[in-house]
Amino acid sequence: MIDVKNVDSYYGKAQILNDLSFSIGEGEVVSILGRNGAGKTTTLKSIMQLVRPRTGSVMFNGTELVGLPPYKVAKVGLGYVPEERRIFTDLTILENMEVGRQPPRDGVPQWSVDLLFELFPNLSERRGNRGKALSGGEQQMLTIARTMMGNPRCLLLDEPSEGIAPVIVEQMVETILRIKKQRLTVVLSEQNLHFARLVADRAIIIEGGEKRFDGTFAELDAQPEIQEKYLSV
Amino acid sequence: MGLFVAQVLTGLANAAALFLVASGLSLIFGVTRIVNFAHGSFYMLGAFIGYSLMQVLPGMFGFWASVVLAGLAVGVIGVIVEICVLRPVYKAPELFQLVATFGVILVIQDLALLTWGADDVLGPRAPGLKGIVRIMDEPVPKYDLALIAITPFILFGLWYLIARTRVGILVRAATQDREMVGALGVNQAWLFTGVFFLGATLAGLGGAIQLPKGGADLLMDFNILAAIFVVVVIGGMGSLPGAYVAAVLISVLNVFGVTYLPQSTLVLMFVVMAVVLMIKPYGLFGREEVAGEHGQVGEPERPIKPAGIKVRVLVAVGILLLALLPVFGSSFSQVLTADVIIFCLFAASLHFILGLGGLVSFGHAAYFGGGAYVAALLVSYLQTPMEIAFLLAPVGAGFAAFIIGWLCMRLTGVYFAMLTLAFAQLLWSLVYQWGEFTGGDDGLVDIWPSEWLNSTTPYYYFTLVFGIGGILLLRHVAHSPFGYALRASRDSARQAEATGINTKRVQWLAFTFAGAVAGLSGALFVFSKGSVFPTELEVARSFDALIVIFLGGVKTLSGAIVGGASLEYAKDFLTRFEYWRLTLGLIIIFVVILAPEGISGTLRKLAERIGIMKDPDSNHSKIRNPAVNAKAHTRENTRENTREDP
Repeated sequence: MIDVKNVDSYYGKAQILNDLSFSIGEGEVVSILGRNGAGKTTTLKSIMQLVRPRTGSVMFNGTELVGLPPYKVAKVGLGYVPEERRIFTDLTILENMEVGRQPPRDGVPQWSVDLLFELFPNLSERRGNRGKALSGGEQQMLTIARTMMGNPRCLLLDEPSEGIAPVIVEQMVETILRIKKQRLTVVLSEQNLHFARLVADRAIIIEGGEKRFDGTFAELDAQPEIQEKYLSV
Repeated sequence: MGLFVAQVLTGLANAAALFLVASGLSLIFGVTRIVNFAHGSFYMLGAFIGYSLMQVLPGMFGFWASVVLAGLAVGVIGVIVEICVLRPVYKAPELFQLVATFGVILVIQDLALLTWGADDVLGPRAPGLKGIVRIMDEPVPKYDLALIAITPFILFGLWYLIARTRVGILVRAATQDREMVGALGVNQAWLFTGVFFLGATLAGLGGAIQLPKGGADLLMDFNILAAIFVVVVIGGMGSLPGAYVAAVLISVLNVFGVTYLPQSTLVLMFVVMAVVLMIKPYGLFGREEVAGEHGQVGEPERPIKPAGIKVRVLVAVGILLLALLPVFGSSFSQVLTADVIIFCLFAASLHFILGLGGLVSFGHAAYFGGGAYVAALLVSYLQTPMEIAFLLAPVGAGFAAFIIGWLCMRLTGVYFAMLTLAFAQLLWSLVYQWGEFTGGDDGLVDIWPSEWLNSTTPYYYFTLVFGIGGILLLRHVAHSPFGYALRASRDSARQAEATGINTKRVQWLAFTFAGAVAGLSGALFVFSKGSVFPTELEVARSFDALIVIFLGGVKTLSGAIVGGASLEYAKDFLTRFEYWRLTLGLIIIFVVILAPEGISGTLRKLAERIGIMKDPDSNHSKIRNPAVNAKAHTRENTRENTREDP
């Protein structure tokens, strides 16, 4: 579904991703793991074209994404949930979701406000509230709900467990598992191996903008030195 | 009582056009973050186009159809401007686009002159609404009542569009975080264009709807500009009800002002604005600015450094050439070059607070004109010797900047810019309307330098010494510890405060210093011309300096000088032609599009590309990933977990 090939991405003159390549299959849930500054967020942004790769290619179901504006990337079916949440704080929950709404797409589950409120009951209770009145966990749920309104074929989740209370993290696991049941492809970046293991089928570890590991969690467990080298803090 | 009611009604009617134009400006600013100086031009076009249509379309239906069609036509013009002029420069540094809109003002001025001629046009009266109605024995025009009735519907319609429709939701979302809106699948480019269409349409409607009351003329673009900025700021950026309330407030006060305090009509508006902003810094209905956290684009700024030996030699040669000018140049070339130096000094003083301090002042002419007036008043009233008046001018201007800076310092961003504009206008209207003391429109004349300077060449040298000296002083301060503190306050106020810098005080002092230097340039100016007029305090003068800085390049120290010299010489050359505004406007627009880093920034990039200058960052790129390396280092030492994931 997604083919990232030889991608180099920069911030100004600093190179963040170095010759990064990986593939994601349809219906897979893959976690990109790595420490702070390893390039996880940049990887997702490079898929979404919020950061434009200087070289390399990102294919999505046969469409080249590199060079497209982000809104076109969203239109072909990629849903992006940013790490810093970036909800529209002056808009109500319902209005936030309206911004993300896109027409139905063939062959993927259709989402509606009602379905999403079922998935996130907390949001339902506060649907008329402005974004700034929400807690961190609620904001995180709202960003996911907002992106789901676009009926994405593939969801890019940037550190969903970051900065929210443990109870909410559990809820987040639930949510991702339910989304997974709908056969949606999910790519999530994580620092938290425990969280990633609960939801993902496969792990890709990056460090210094380069891929260091790509395999199942069983394979990762068989190589404790990799965990030690790239994940432990 | 009757008179009172009648005046309130007149004020309410006057508020209609003001509200329409201001709400358009506010919408455009909210979404695109562009301070659209050309908004007054859209208003003027609405009036002229409406007038032309009314000549063709007869009757009551024709009148109102003309108003609507004029609005739509201006909307289309707005779209053309947005697509051709602004789209190419959205990625440029913040506020750079306002230079492009300034170019648009000039182009539209000449196009309107070409199309409608130089004469004022008397607006036709609205068919069916020609007479007056007596309310409590006072005559009130029927058309006024119609305007009073229509405006709330327009307000409601706009409010509904913004608050209740999908388009409105997208507009509000984009006001806050346009990159995120794009990532959610919304084509921002068309959203921007749509907002521009709406904003320009509103301005056009405003221009057409006021025809029966005010007619159309070629000065109405600048005349309304200050008022709509005031309305938007008093009401609160992005608030439609705020714009309405502020428009009513300003209009009603204005009507009463004309009756009871006719000398103070111009001042009144700015006094109200200053008072409102001091009590409610974000306007009556405004919210604290949160935008700008996301959607900042472009590479990080390159720090400025003291000039290298090559540049020093080059500058020394340049100064030597200037010093030799009287030997080979005509006396005209000396006068022209003196003008250029004075203007460059003025622009450099604005650059000091804008480029280095990050404080965008829209009212820097206050200190230039202020300095000029201080000197002129001293000479006129106290027969002060020129040398003393010359030295007291920067002191006076600096003192004005000290007071105004203190009042403005709590605001940031566009609100700061607006408040500085308000105080500059306040000063201007004081000078303009206090005729007995300042000479008003007639200015102060016969302000000549002392005998030993009173001819072209000596005064040229005098200008050269103080002009170049002032510019070098600004540069010197920029590289002093105070300059570091100022730049630190600009780049990260919190970080700077954490290291013990009182950022507000540093900025306040910088503002005062810049004001004093502007006053010095004003003093040089007044003694070279022998007279001073209120135009030296005008918005247009402030804008001149702003344009020059952006054209020259905000991020380089030489920007103000390069831009100032280019613009002054270009103006001197172009004003010999009939449609010089059109030409200058187009040149400005092209420079903006082709050289988004300003003339000097772009020249430097070119020089780096062909290898004349060294790229100071080039050795960094050899370290493959400095961010990661730096972080790995920090982690080993401290294990701290600050979030700075790129």
